[in-house]
Amino acid sequence: MNTRQMMVALWTIVRSEIRRFMRIWPQTLLPPSITMTMYFIIFGNLIGARIGKMDGVDYMDYIVPGLIMMSVITNSYSNVASSFFGSKFQRSVEEMIISPMPNWLVLSGFVIGGSARGLAVGIIVTAVSLFFTDLQIHHPFLTILVVIMTAILFSIGGFINALLGKKFDDISIVPIFVLTPLTYLGGVFYSIHTLPEFWQNVSLINPILYMVNTFRYGILGVSDINVGAAVGAIAVFIVIFFSAAMWLLRRGKGLRS
Amino acid sequence: MHAALSIRGLTKVYDNNFHALKGIDLEVPQGDFFALLGPNGAGKSTTLGVVSSLVRKTAGEVSIYGIDVDRDFARARYHLGVVPQEFNFNQFEKVEDIILTQAGYYGIPRRQAEDRAHQLLEDLGLWDKRHDAARMLSGGMKRRLMIARALIHRPRLLILDEPTAGVDIELRRSMWEYMKRINEQEGTTIILTTHYLEEAESLCRNIAIINHGEIVHNTSMRELLGQLSRETFVLDLASPVTHSPVIEGFDVERLDDAQLALSVDKGQRINDAFARLSEQNIEVVSMRNRANRLEELFVRMVEGSNDTKGQQGGIR
Repeated sequence: MNTRQMMVALWTIVRSEIRRFMRIWPQTLLPPSITMTMYFIIFGNLIGARIGKMDGVDYMDYIVPGLIMMSVITNSYSNVASSFFGSKFQRSVEEMIISPMPNWLVLSGFVIGGSARGLAVGIIVTAVSLFFTDLQIHHPFLTILVVIMTAILFSIGGFINALLGKKFDDISIVPIFVLTPLTYLGGVFYSIHTLPEFWQNVSLINPILYMVNTFRYGILGVSDINVGAAVGAIAVFIVIFFSAAMWLLRRGKGLRS
Repeated sequence: MHAALSIRGLTKVYDNNFHALKGIDLEVPQGDFFALLGPNGAGKSTTLGVVSSLVRKTAGEVSIYGIDVDRDFARARYHLGVVPQEFNFNQFEKVEDIILTQAGYYGIPRRQAEDRAHQLLEDLGLWDKRHDAARMLSGGMKRRLMIARALIHRPRLLILDEPTAGVDIELRRSMWEYMKRINEQEGTTIILTTHYLEEAESLCRNIAIINHGEIVHNTSMRELLGQLSRETFVLDLASPVTHSPVIEGFDVERLDDAQLALSVDKGQRINDAFARLSEQNIEVVSMRNRANRLEELFVRMVEGSNDTKGQQGGIR
């Protein structure tokens, strides 16, 4: 395939992915906005008013970046996991396998599609948060960079999950038993400085902590961790995940017998 | 001139150690209408799966129009269109979108593909359904949708894996006409697997029979049918008979009051049998083959290869 043909093929996948989550917006875009509104009302307004400040900022302001990031992570991941597993289940993935598209192009198409949903939900949740607080972004470039990198990383994660999954249960196990606990324990609702030293150290092995804190630093200018190292770590994770997905695709894992 | 499809020493051993293909060789000339037949589990779909890269081969070489699928997979796949046995499209997508999306996977811009897609939708009788979700189509329409999708990028080699399974006879015949047309007018090489042997006999010029992962016969349809040394006809009689008439040199069996089965060996004249029947005041109104000719041969060859564990079976 020449470059132009590859761009057409890539756009075909991206277009299909975006159309898919837009077509079923009551299942993809609406639920996170309602859930996050509940978080803002209950944790931010009602409970947050009693908590006071966290790391020197109002509690409502403190949880907004974490909740935006939580939405981006879960939606990027689940979009690719459900879409690619769905195409495996319906066997429509065979349309792509028999085509001249290289593996990296198929992976990139789904990752861009998943990231698009993650970012769309992130924008919606950000818009909802403006009803509850007045966001001042301290480092716009870092904020955008880290949210895009996170969306890419978890889209690739969703792709790997879909490749390895054999039944629909397999694509809900990781979000329920891995992503949700790691996100809740990743400093969305609290600063790790509030924890005993032992649990602070345990928290440092949670990769989501670095994404949430870097994003929070971009918006609020406060962080529990070294932001530069965190951005580097996310980039390394992207390379590792992308390489793993490519290796699985080359072996035809879950796709070719 | 390169063959449309060339397979050399193709072997496939599945993870459970099942030897699905045992080093098969196959060559399909350009412009051919080729039948790949075999009983269930013989290795047909595995062979076609390897060609379309849905199945990983254990050993061997596959090339499409002289292009090795391992060395230049993208260029080889441009020449290939596949209509699989099972429905493999997004059931929730619209008919037209399924075809245009497939064009996109081949790098054909949507606007450029629209004319071709509309032509295929019209030719295959799907024009009125183009805005319907694929799940709303009947079984026959879904099969035609897969044919339209496979042809959108104008492949030179089209693989049809049981394309008329579960399709009613009228629609099946119209699909035959369409396949004949693209083979004759557009020069598309077609490889067909089917359980309707009448379909293979009326469409295909060359044939390979596969059993237990080995090619047990590979020849032209004409030559294969020429090997049929005995045919059995069912004769419909004008008036009832109470016993089987005896005709020297022919086997005659009374099926019921109004029907006889007459077996004719190669070289015998059927007129002689009619003359003897007429002498016995038995009038024949009409006649037909008792079984499809290819079906008779197929059964004998497969049974023969089963008896000799994969070696070519004897033909009566």
